[in-house]
Amino acid sequence: MTARLARLGSALTPLAGVVVLLALWQLLHLSGAVDALLLPAPEAMMRALWNGFVTGPMAFDFLQTVWRTTLAFGIAAVIGIPTGIVLGASPQLYRSVEFVVDFFRSTPASAMFPLFLVLFGVGDEAKIYVASFGALLVILFNVAYGVMNARKTRILAARSMGASPARIMRDVIFWESLPQTFIGLRNGVSLALVIIIVAEMFIGSSDGLGHRLIEAQMLFRMPTMYAAIFAAGALGYGLNWLFALLERRVVHWGGR
Amino acid sequence: MTAALRVAHPRPYAPDAEITIRGLRKTFAGSPVYEGFDLDVPKGAVVSVFGPNGCGKSTLINMVSGLMPHDGGQILFSGKTIAQTRLAYVFQNYREALFPWLRAIENIRYPLRLMGLPKHEQDRRIERLLATMEVRFDLSRYPYELSGGQQQTVSIMRALVVEPEVLFLDEPFSALDYEMTLAMRDRLQRVFMETGVTMMLVSHDLEEAIYMADRILLLTRRPTRIAAYLDFSAPRPRSAETLTDPAFVALKREALEIFQREVRA
Ligand SMILES: Nc1ncnc2c1ncn2[C@@H]1O[C@H](COP(=O)(O)OP(=O)(O)OP(=O)(O)O)[C@@H](O)[C@H]1O
Ligand SMILES: [Mg+2]
Repeated sequence: MTARLARLGSALTPLAGVVVLLALWQLLHLSGAVDALLLPAPEAMMRALWNGFVTGPMAFDFLQTVWRTTLAFGIAAVIGIPTGIVLGASPQLYRSVEFVVDFFRSTPASAMFPLFLVLFGVGDEAKIYVASFGALLVILFNVAYGVMNARKTRILAARSMGASPARIMRDVIFWESLPQTFIGLRNGVSLALVIIIVAEMFIGSSDGLGHRLIEAQMLFRMPTMYAAIFAAGALGYGLNWLFALLERRVVHWGGR
Repeated sequence: MTAALRVAHPRPYAPDAEITIRGLRKTFAGSPVYEGFDLDVPKGAVVSVFGPNGCGKSTLINMVSGLMPHDGGQILFSGKTIAQTRLAYVFQNYREALFPWLRAIENIRYPLRLMGLPKHEQDRRIERLLATMEVRFDLSRYPYELSGGQQQTVSIMRALVVEPEVLFLDEPFSALDYEMTLAMRDRLQRVFMETGVTMMLVSHDLEEAIYMADRILLLTRRPTRIAAYLDFSAPRPRSAETLTDPAFVALKREALEIFQREVRA
């Protein structure tokens, strides 16, 4: 009995923070310390979320943001992984582009908005490409890093068994770089989401969570704004969780 | 052999040698490790390599096995080149030599896949090997799910499955506990008796070096020379009794004297 309670308790522990946050929010709202217009009750936010998703446009916005993020991330991964492998396999090639990669990796992606607007116009392309660009550099850098730091002993072992350089690449180095590749993919998808949301806010958009957020703010629909913030947070969290799950499945030997 | 070669390398080629090394040279960052090094490894013998830390034991077997280039001299395998000889190598650090993304059995199968053997032939070879190795753990596990001794068993099996003509082992037991080491020595000895594969075994344990060997190669400090190349011909299978056998004790004392003289020198 006590064991069962203990298990239930440990399953509920992570929710404690959520309960505390909601309680504080409710208290703050009730105390009147903050204008009720600026800080509606949590219940109002949840109603806005429900209504937004069931009858309003928020489900569509959510899906639009997911779609753009997926496209941007997909392009980045499809280009970034092979390029990263090629760069990582040749230290000389990598050194020759290292500075450029590092430079643009350190450049805030938002600073690239104007350029991409000029190149691709105000449509979806500019948003998606700018997010791809940011995610690409993160993925590429991590993949190349993983390839360069592949365990020498495993490569030697494969060579001693007569593996050709191409086989070593496919059978050893690719796998050796997977843990680092996943770090790149996870950071890449987070960054893509950030860029897409910001782009939806400021680059002429008529849908997407970013657009819904900024519109709610301008129309002073605070519950909707909080609901959109929550939806964006849930999306980011969900993507992270998905990649962590995928990583545990694929890189089952990681850290052991 | 041509006369010209014999002039260049005064030591004649031994007819029963599996590996013939003549005039081997290797330099690291300007300081020589090997200069004009000659060695014969007899066919079907176990040669233990013993010497002070950093004298170049790993370097020697890495060069002979082709994992590391050498700067000069010749390494011949019964007159063949390295590419014409089936070699296998067991690394000291099995944790970093096995592929953790493959199950143990797939690790063992990997070199057979590289050889391009059909699946049924791969299975036949693995079955045959399993019969001699008496493996008592689940080979469908991943390496990180196995103990150190089990992992090193897998990496030795991966080396043996290609039925090599020469097997190189660089301190294969140094990461194992004493009990496991004893078991692995005997397992390796059984493999040797059944297959007669030529072995070069690096060991930092003099007792082990002698126990396993037909010939014990004692090396000096850098630049490395042969301090002695001793014979040990106790019958196999050797066992705990071998370790207290007068011939063994005497040889061990002799080797130790040579080693201490060379290290102090
Ligand atoms: N890649 C390298 N670059 C420079 N020096 C090296 C390199 N590899 C080995 N050496 C040097 O060559 C010498 C021989 O190294 P090696 O690893 O063969 O020694 P060892 O006899 O196997 O030593 P240990 O008993 O520690 O295993 C050492 O002095 C080492 O410092
Ligand atoms: Mg060594």
